[in-house]
Amino acid sequence: MSDAVDSADKVLGRPASGGAGRGGNGAGRTLVGGLGAFGRQREATVLVVTVALLAYFGISYHSSFLSQVNAVDLLAELMAPIAIIAIGEVMLLICGEIDISVGFIYTFAPFVMYFAITDYHVPVPLAALLGLLTGVAAGWVNGFITVTLGVPSFIATIGTGFVLLGLALVVSRAEPLPVPSSWDSTGKWFAIPGNPWQWAPLVWTVVLVLIFHLVLTRTRWGLYTISAGGNLLGAREAGINVGRIKYGNFMLTGFLGALVGIQAAFYTSTVDPSAGGYTPMFYAVIAAVIGGTAMLGGSGTIIGAFLGAIVLATLTDGFDIAGISANPLSIIFGGAILIAMIANVQLTRLRQTGRTL
Amino acid sequence: MTAQDQIPAPSGASPATDEVLRAEHISKRFGAVTALQDVNVRLQRGEVLGLIGDNGAGKSTLMKIFCGFQRPDSGRLLVNGAEVVLKSVTHARSLGIDVVYQDLALVNQLTVYHNMFLNREIVRWPLLSNRSMRRIAKEHLDEMGVNIPSVNVPVASLSGGQRQAIAVARAVFADARILLLDEPLAAMGAKEVAMILDLIHDLKRRGDISIIIIAHNYGQVLEICDRVNLLQHGEITLDKRSRDTSVQELNDIVVAEYRRALEERQRSA
Repeated sequence: MSDAVDSADKVLGRPASGGAGRGGNGAGRTLVGGLGAFGRQREATVLVVTVALLAYFGISYHSSFLSQVNAVDLLAELMAPIAIIAIGEVMLLICGEIDISVGFIYTFAPFVMYFAITDYHVPVPLAALLGLLTGVAAGWVNGFITVTLGVPSFIATIGTGFVLLGLALVVSRAEPLPVPSSWDSTGKWFAIPGNPWQWAPLVWTVVLVLIFHLVLTRTRWGLYTISAGGNLLGAREAGINVGRIKYGNFMLTGFLGALVGIQAAFYTSTVDPSAGGYTPMFYAVIAAVIGGTAMLGGSGTIIGAFLGAIVLATLTDGFDIAGISANPLSIIFGGAILIAMIANVQLTRLRQTGRTL
Repeated sequence: MTAQDQIPAPSGASPATDEVLRAEHISKRFGAVTALQDVNVRLQRGEVLGLIGDNGAGKSTLMKIFCGFQRPDSGRLLVNGAEVVLKSVTHARSLGIDVVYQDLALVNQLTVYHNMFLNREIVRWPLLSNRSMRRIAKEHLDEMGVNIPSVNVPVASLSGGQRQAIAVARAVFADARILLLDEPLAAMGAKEVAMILDLIHDLKRRGDISIIIIAHNYGQVLEICDRVNLLQHGEITLDKRSRDTSVQELNDIVVAEYRRALEERQRSA
């Protein structure tokens, strides 16, 4: 009995002490508790922002914003790459690391696939797999330099990023290479223009988001990822192999970077050394943080990052439709990101002091 | 050394069967610094032993040797009468020795029950069985008399005393038979201290768990411990039952030692 009273006190943010909450109105408390529970979800803020943005552009520019062409632009072209890379960055940020190089894994991995096919006559599906494994290998190298050699990942992955960019420029001689349509039987599973395959990136995104939401919240891997970032020494003390967790999350992020790169190569029929780079990586990190992932590790959500990716894609796409010219767009975009971040930080602070939402 | 001589030496080669931990002639150096020198410690089943001494006396080093984190340069350890070389913390844990550090025990972002089961999760592959873990954690904490609002809250929302209690409960839950508590009462309010002391009293009543407590506050140590060992400059200079000594005596020994060292330094300067 006293246990129930205590937990209700906790929801209301009062100090838990025996009879302090006695005599309260049961139904009122449930309502406040329910609102509080929503407010305490890290995704709550970003969900509100997402819905508001979609509603705003949907109502103001419904004829162009709500068209199928725009839906593909928004969800498959803009949102999917951000969200997919953000999954990896969320896992890394939670365990206390970051991958700056992932955008260059995006750049480089398609070249491995490309030359495996053209120069080594590897079957296309196998070559695509090689491209994905290139990402995993790059992630392993990031893990090795960070975990085993002890270089902070922020610096280590800036270094590996340059190396990957250089490799892409060398093998391509800094020229984009054409992807022949004969590869489309494999390419359609990643992304090619036209129905239904242009939706493939969205399907990848939703499936990956659901899988890694479960991984983060309902598996050992997720618990250990949180533990590694939340209390590194404590996690080691408990006998958790923290290094393995970090290696794994670097390799996951590398895989996701390669996946997005290969999708872009098939979708644009080009393997382009100027594709990828810092922009998708920074968008992914911003999506993760807008979605409630802590830069300092220990907490974060995949669903939040997914919503964050929708926010960024909606802003980019919406401002484009609204006809805002390219020059001031960055100002508005930057301002919007800052507002989203400030709202998030302040609401989190409110939540922590107990005044929910 | 005289105080130690008052304790009767174990008769013959086979130590008493209810001696769960015994350290013989443990020495440890870090470069030029002697951390421990010829240290002997015994711990009986169900006994609570207080390990006291000033900062730098070697308490933490000794704890680290007991929990398998560091190896002594010389000397031997006996667990339940059998000589062991502790290879790692995990190895020590498998022998029932578990250490609870005040600050690094728990992951603040995880719930109480996830912390209770950290690295021992119940899994119905591929997902965690959160429901079973929640239920068992609650049962176990209730049984140990640990009073927290809910096992579902993140550990971050609990008080220092509650966190300490959960860390101790987790070690007991993991079948620890020898508990090493590092400063379990430091930086706590009076209510919190009472809560942890009650918890240790309860464990003592069970009789099957032996505890070594590192602490600074002699009063608290004498209240809860059956016996105290005083470490000074890497040597055990006092080994007495709590009822045979007093805060005054312990204070006098430490202060006298400090004065003597100070005089020596001034003389050589």
